[in-house]
Amino acid sequence: MKSLRFLLPLLLFIVLLMFLWVGLSLNPREVPSPLVGKPAPPFQLARLDDPAKTLAEKDLRGQVWLLNVWASWCVSCMEEHPVLVQLSKQGVVPVYGLNYKDQRAAAQAWLDRNGDPYTLSMADPDGKVGIEYGVYGVPETYVIDKTGVIRYKQIGPVTQKVLSERILPLVRQLQAS
Amino acid sequence: MRWVLAATLCLLPVLGVAREATPAAEDPALEQRLMRLAKELRCLVCQNESLADSHADLAADLRQQIRDQMKAGRSDEQIKAWLTQRYGDFVLYRTPIKATTLALWFGPFVLLLAGLAGLLLYLRRRRARVGQPGLTPEDQARARALLREAEQGSSGPDAAARG
Repeated sequence: MKSLRFLLPLLLFIVLLMFLWVGLSLNPREVPSPLVGKPAPPFQLARLDDPAKTLAEKDLRGQVWLLNVWASWCVSCMEEHPVLVQLSKQGVVPVYGLNYKDQRAAAQAWLDRNGDPYTLSMADPDGKVGIEYGVYGVPETYVIDKTGVIRYKQIGPVTQKVLSERILPLVRQLQAS
Repeated sequence: MRWVLAATLCLLPVLGVAREATPAAEDPALEQRLMRLAKELRCLVCQNESLADSHADLAADLRQQIRDQMKAGRSDEQIKAWLTQRYGDFVLYRTPIKATTLALWFGPFVLLLAGLAGLLLYLRRRRARVGQPGLTPEDQARARALLREAEQGSSGPDAAARG
């Protein structure tokens, strides 16, 4: 009983430390999306390469796909770009680009200059579809399953680590189911 | 030379004329309602600013969306629900009370009550200790007996032998 009196403050201090440790290591910019586990919001957007043609979210049902929100004005997009290019070469999973609040010419030039990792890109010039998807920063990447349900959202650049540890295992699991 | 410079400097403000202010809202009442609502919503880009104050692009877009929805006759609650569906409760400065936020809302009061209970317990125990006489009657009887023994002992054989 006597020793508890001295141990208790120490234990409380350790608990406090653990709370601080976890709390301070969380990134406040990463706001968990309420859309994970919900059907991907529908859209029908003009294709970046050919504005006369459109692509809708329901055209992509039946396969696992990634939706990558990008823009030519986005600095961090350059960071994840090599990772996406490499992914597209592997051909494991199709990556569709949502060209967010961008100009067609600038976006096209960006792809020509840096390489195009996308199966297709759609243009969302006024960011309306972005809002439907809860986009608040670029880049963002969504994993969408065969039935059109969002399974994962990556806020910020896709790194090699995130890709190999989170996205690809999830994609394989969803493809198998 | 100097007057050339001076003349140029005088002309500079002409070049820097401010852009015409964007026309004030066509519907001041709606704009007021928009601002009142937007003050309670967090901008996700600059997280410590409200949607009303933020200059971020997204904030402007969202304000426009809210404006459109208000024009379409949707209530503040409906608009808030529309936003939380996309961005989560994080956009609300007033956190709703629900199962996952119970600890947040009531945790501090629970801690306060626990502290008060601890204090009360401690005080009560201390009062019990202070209020009690130091020795029970039995203890006092034993102490008296021991003292008496010691007094008798000092004039006893042991003491004589030592002396």
